[in-house]
Parts: sequence; structure tokens; C-alpha cells
Amino acid sequence: MDLKQKLEILADAAKYDASCASSGTAKRDSTRGGLGSTEGMGICHAYAPDGRCISLLKILLTNACVFDCAYCVNRASSNVRRARFTVEEVVKLTLDFYRRNAIEGLFLSSGIIRSPDWTMEQLVRVARTLREDHGFQGYIHLKTIPDADPLLVEQAGRYADRLSINIELPQADSLKALAPEKDLPAIRQAMGGLRARIEGAQDEARGARRAKAPRFAPAGQSTQMIVGADASDDATILGTATDLYAGYRLKRVYYSAYSPVPDASRVLPPIAPPLVREHRLYQADWMLRFYGFSKDEVIAGGEGGMLDLALDPKTAWALKHRTDFPVDLNRAPRERLLRVPGLGAKTVEKLVAARRHTRIRLEDLARLRVSVAKVAPFVVTDDHRPRLLDSAGLRERLIPGTAFAAAAGGGGQAGRPVQMSLF
Amino acid sequence: MGVAAVLPGPADFAAWRNAARGLLAAGVRPEDAEWRVAGDAPGLFAEDAPPPAAGAAFHVPRAFVELAEIAIRHSDPERFALLYRVLWRLTHGEHALMQVATDPDVVRLSAMAKAVKRDAHKMHAFLRFRQVETEAGTRHVAWFEPEHHIEEAEAGFFVRRFAGLRWSIVTPRRSVHWDGQALSFGPGGRRAEVPPDDAVEPLWRAYYAAIFNPARLKPGAMRAEMPRKYWRNMPETAEIPRMLAEAPKRVAEMVARGGSAPNPNPQRPRHLAAASRVAADMDLLDASTDPKAALAALARELAGRNDLPDFARRATQAVFGEGPIGAPLFFVGEQPGDEEDIQGRPFVGPAGRLWNRALGDAGVPRDEAYVTNAVKHFKFAPTGKRRLHQSPDAGDIAYYRPFLLREIGIVGPRLLVALGATALRALTGKAMPVMKTRGTIVDGPEGLPVFATVHPSFLLRIPDQDGQQREYAKFVDDLRAARAQVH
Repeated sequence: MDLKQKLEILADAAKYDASCASSGTAKRDSTRGGLGSTEGMGICHAYAPDGRCISLLKILLTNACVFDCAYCVNRASSNVRRARFTVEEVVKLTLDFYRRNAIEGLFLSSGIIRSPDWTMEQLVRVARTLREDHGFQGYIHLKTIPDADPLLVEQAGRYADRLSINIELPQADSLKALAPEKDLPAIRQAMGGLRARIEGAQDEARGARRAKAPRFAPAGQSTQMIVGADASDDATILGTATDLYAGYRLKRVYYSAYSPVPDASRVLPPIAPPLVREHRLYQADWMLRFYGFSKDEVIAGGEGGMLDLALDPKTAWALKHRTDFPVDLNRAPRERLLRVPGLGAKTVEKLVAARRHTRIRLEDLARLRVSVAKVAPFVVTDDHRPRLLDSAGLRERLIPGTAFAAAAGGGGQAGRPVQMSLF
Repeated sequence: MGVAAVLPGPADFAAWRNAARGLLAAGVRPEDAEWRVAGDAPGLFAEDAPPPAAGAAFHVPRAFVELAEIAIRHSDPERFALLYRVLWRLTHGEHALMQVATDPDVVRLSAMAKAVKRDAHKMHAFLRFRQVETEAGTRHVAWFEPEHHIEEAEAGFFVRRFAGLRWSIVTPRRSVHWDGQALSFGPGGRRAEVPPDDAVEPLWRAYYAAIFNPARLKPGAMRAEMPRKYWRNMPETAEIPRMLAEAPKRVAEMVARGGSAPNPNPQRPRHLAAASRVAADMDLLDASTDPKAALAALARELAGRNDLPDFARRATQAVFGEGPIGAPLFFVGEQPGDEEDIQGRPFVGPAGRLWNRALGDAGVPRDEAYVTNAVKHFKFAPTGKRRLHQSPDAGDIAYYRPFLLREIGIVGPRLLVALGATALRALTGKAMPVMKTRGTIVDGPEGLPVFATVHPSFLLRIPDQDGQQREYAKFVDDLRAARAQVH
């Protein structure tokens, strides 16, 4: 099998992992040798027709795997073609693509072969070769295998910018049913171990012994949950996410709509991926992290533990809490402005700064490129008082008449990519 | 009377600033100033030379300078005039103008800066080098068509990233060259100067096609982030029409096929370590005689329970005690906290560290103390990046009580020390006020004496330093008194 065929198989096998971030790591460059740089901001070097950013060379070392996770294209009982890169092949591909400015770095994962330690050691070897033999300064994201030896994890953290362990499903019972070899307590403990090391390295870097600080995954850890493969509702998914953010200080939880794979398991036949639901979960996740909402508040915007598919969760929440509105843009505190549908965090900062010197009018919102139709029902300005706040028809008016709204009803495919600003 | 300021280059901020200072010092109003780049066609006020730069300094907000340095690279010919108008307003009674994000001039200036930054970001992202072998060695050459005057400003990004390569970036207006040591700039060029292909491109195109998921077709989202104008200089985009055309068929086939039969020859573990069941059985055998094995078995038993309280399922792990078997003093705290939950060890968080210090100050040797918690899992409420401790209720305490009692039985202490109300309840089986019981001995399980004192987290919550010191001293006294009971 030639290199191109291997690349096709092992990229295909890696694409169901939604993570693409290349941001937030330590600043490095190649002016004192080596190749590459990281400057804080992630770079999406291309976009595929699925709307997803291509930032890293995202591949598996091998798609052979002894685990039999029903949702996974690479499960042990799947009929897909198997392939395996050598360490040198991955290193060369990474450097060749990087020199052409096609990628920010490497996101390397692997099926579990032989043993967790053996697999982890192969991943570490790729990262070490890139860093030590080639002076590679670009971004490296390594998948971490929960049961791997702590010594290997320590080495992984030394070479990688980010480490991740995928929780895959939001509750233990689902994992037991669909991924029998995976063990939720072991995954939690591994995430806890990563948090301890990441914070240890940060403390060290802040302290006096700066020069000797052992580097450990400066861009932190992340995880992924598959949406729609099990029966978990949105409340369960977001509950698990909030626990993970709080307990293990994850940088990101990625939500990945369960997607048809070329050789699906009979346990989980192919369905249209629930893309709108995935999008709503990302919006809800943003509300939890940047807008001061609690999980219960976000969930209260929907029905029966599920988010409203037709409306973004902030609008859905506001419609159920109409007595909290209207909010006076010239007087209300920042926390209340953040709760207004259609106002993003940056817009709120601009309004708070501007109103010290001028009065906010509705036309100002348009100048700031805010959707006036979305915001107006919930706010008071010098020239505007909302009239429809108590109207039963407000919800219908706010459902956007876009392809996205149509898709929300039909479970179809539309909408902005998840990396975009979401409000 | 109008004047014309002629700048040497299209994005020369230093020259603009110099000219603007001169105009400002001469009191030239924005509508009387005309801005041109050398080589542009002369305008209305072509005959007027700009006034010389004066020594007078003008104080403007840093936010303006930062925005202006970027916005001046915009291709809009009116950028210089807009900058001067904003500068004029800032120095004529509107010093806070930059904070008024809703002002039309500020909106326009911000939009220009944003467009320049986006152009730069897309240059970092979408520029593709092609590798060529020359007599002087390997070179990397790229053709790119930026919308704004960003070539010189962004050269540094490519130097930092590719300092070890020798490269050239050619655009219609400028060319940038890095020879491994120094940057040089030249005139613009043509696309034909850049080689038409590269040996690695077939692999890159194959990767681009393979990483695409046909079941998530969102071409609009792709075009929003990667507008068509960039496509002709990106080799992988040649694959897009085929990818789009084939996607519906690929998905229909997947769905029509449904679930497929498991592979008759599945991947098998070859060298996976055998399940640790044998080791577990060994532990069970030893548990009756070896206390360490008995503690391990107890922890495993708890982990295997399927009636754990809900909060326990959200903890990282159960945390049992630490200390020597046979320790005369058996300390019981409330429950593991955030750090204990992560490390899997009791009393390693802030309260635990304080307890450790007090133990030393009371002269209690560590080999006389075993320490554990009444509740074995961390009960918390998540808030952002923190987990807030939640007190265990009577039901939680009752659930873990049998495990605590068996832990006591295995360690075999002479005195139980209850740290706080939860421990006191767990050890006595009933709710008792800590402050009233403190320093006294009450009856515990199996007739063992229980000595009550406060939980060290109580000391951490005292707001004033005097109170802290006073309570700490009392706590140390309590520990000393407890030790006296077993000596």
C-alpha cells in the first residue's frame, strides 16, 4: 500500500473527531532554529465542504483497534480496510505539509493495538521525533490513552501542546452498552491526572524556577462527546460537560453529531447526523462558559431536558423569562446585557464603554452589526420601547426564516460552522 | 485654503503621522486636507505643499494609534482622510471618541482595521508555498493576492515561522524575500513566476478529500470562511467540485447499506495484558489476614456498588484513608474535596495541609495517625471552572457508614477523632453539636471512644487573622489532648 492510500485511510478514520483547535499554546518561533511557530491565535488553513476547519494534519497512526465501540468506524469488528503509518511517515508528512504552509501542526490519534502502553509509546515517539530531531515548533495535539503508563503520559505532555481523552458518551451506562472496553472511572481519573500535571507545570512556570519548569501540555486538555448515538438528553450531555469543565478544567468539550460511517454497526445503523442539535449544544456550551448562565437555566429554555431546536438557546431562555425583560441598554448592568438575545460579549463591552459618553439608540445597534430584529423585542433605548414582549406570537416571529430554521424542523443540514461566533 | 499631503508609500504610518502632526499644528481642518500616495494622480489641491512637521506633540489615546497603524493598510483611498478626521475630533473636544463604538467614524475605522486583520489572517492561512530546487538550493515560493497593503506588515509572521527556509512571497504589488538571514522587498510580480505544482500537492489534495465528511455537507459555511477569491491559489480546492458532487451518493449508499455484519475476523488483542482478575482474587484471599489487602478490597467493593448515590457517579474516584495499620489515632474528616478527588488521597487540599501543620505543632507523630473521611466521594456543584463543595446530608453519611466502620475495624485504632459535625454524626450515628461536644469523649462504634473537635476547614473560613490564630491554637490543643488519651 503506498503512502497516499495510507493517508486516505487514516485521515478518513480520524475525521469523526471534531477537535481542530490550534490556539492558546505557548508562543514559539523558529528564529533560533527548527521549523514553525505558534503565536496564540489558531489558524484554519482550509475549510472542507462540510464547513469544518482544517488546521492540523488529523490522522490516526493506525486504524487497527482491539476495542469494539459500536459508534466507531475503526471498531474491532468493522470491515474497513486497515492501515498503519510508520513513525517516520507521519513525521515526514507533517513536515512536508507544514513547509507548504498547509497546516499548523499535527493531531495524532490511534486505534488501540497490542496494549495501551505500546500504542501510547508510538504516539509519543512521533511527537518526540518532530520536536527533538527536527526542532518542530508547530502545534501538536496527542490523543491520550486512559490506561497508559503515567511515565508515557508525562512524556506526551512534554512534547504536545494539547492532550485529549475522549469521553465519547455522556454517561456510564451508554459506554457500557456501546463501548464495552471503555471505562468511565478510568477516563475521569486520567483527566484528573492531566489536570494535576497541567496545573503543576503552570504553577512552576509562574514561580521562581521559571527556567526549569517542566513543560506539560500548555494548551490544556479537551474531550469529545458524541451526540445522538445513545439516548442521553441535552440536560445529561450539558451536565456531564459542566462537570468536566469544573473538575478537569477542560479547554473545550467538543460535541460531535453521530454521523453515518462507511461500515456501520448493526447496533447503531446510519442516521442523518443531528447537526442542528449539535449546533444548539455548542451555543448552550458558550452560554455556560461566557454568558453566566447555569446548566439548569439553559435547559429550562427547552422542553423535557432537550434544547429548543428552532431557536438559539439564549432566545429560547429569554422567551420563557419575559419578566426579566425589557433590559434598558443605557442603564442595565453588564450581566443583564449579556442575557439579551442577539448581544454578543464583544458588543456588550462596546455598549458599556460607549454609554458612558453617549446615549444608545436603536440605530447604534445596527451600526454595530447587531440583528435589530432579534434584539429589539427585549430592550429599551431612548427611541424604542418593545411592544411585543407579552405577545403570544413573539416566538414565531423570532424563529429565523433561514435555511437553518427550516432544517431545524427537518433534521437536515445547514447552519454556520461551530467555530463561528454563535450569537 | 486646501493643502495636499503626499505620502511615500501606501501603508506608511510613520509618514502619515508626521504629516498629520504638521497639519494639526497648522490648524488645517480635515475638509481642507487632501491625502495622496506618491505616484497617484494629482488632486484638487495639487499645488499646495504640506506644512512641515512641527515640534508640538499631540496626546491621543493609545487605542487610536493601535487602530490607525492597522487601518492605514486598508486599500480604501479615503483611509488617510478618515484617520485625520478622527485625529482632528480627538484633539478638538472629543477625547473619549474611541470609546464611542457607535460613532459612524469609529465604526468605519474599526471596520477597516477588522478587514485588514482578516486579510492578514487569511494570508497566514491560505498562502501555499511550492518547493523548487534551484542551483542555490531549495526555495519555497508562493503567489498570493491580498486585498490590502499587508505584505510588509505580515512578512514577520513568515520569518518567525519559516526562519530556516529560504522563501519568496510574490503578490501583484510587492514581493518579499527571505534568504535565511534578512528580508528584502521588491516590486510586485506575476503568478507565472511561481512554479505551477509541487511534488507534495497530490498528497495534500488526497488528505483534503479524505478528511471531509460527506454526511455533513455545509458548502455555505465553507465559502463564508474560505471565499472563492482565494481558491485559485489553493491546490486542494480543485477537489471541491468532485467532493460536492459525490457526497449525496456516498451518504445514500451508507444509509441504504444500514448496519453491516461484524467482520468474521475481527481485530484481536495480541499482547494485551490479561485482565487483572487473578490479581483481584489474590487480594481477596489475603484480605482476611493482610490489612492492606483488606483495605484495597474494601475500596474495590465500594467502586463496584451499583447503588452509589448520584453525586458519587460524578466524582473522579473514591478516596479512602491513609496511615499506618494499627495507628492509635484514627482521624475522620467530612469528605474529599477538589484536590483529594483529583489525587485520590485524603487531606491533601488546603484544609488537609492545615491539619497536617497542626498535627506537627501538637507533637503528634505521623505514624500514630490514620486519616480518612466519613464520606468517600466528593460531593460538589459545578460553577464554571470550579467545583463548589456541598455538605453531605444524613442519607449520604448513612450510606458510607458501613465502609467507615469496616475501615476502622481493619486499622484497629484506640481513639477515634471526629473532625467536624459530619464525622461526629458518622461515628456516633446521631446528630450532635460539635461546639458543645468539642474536647470531650463520647461513645463510638464497638465501644470505641470518640474525641470531638472542629474540622480544619472551619479555621480557614474565619475572616480575621486574630480569630484564626486563636482558633488554630485551640485546635492544636485539641489534638494534643486527643493524643494524651492514648498515651
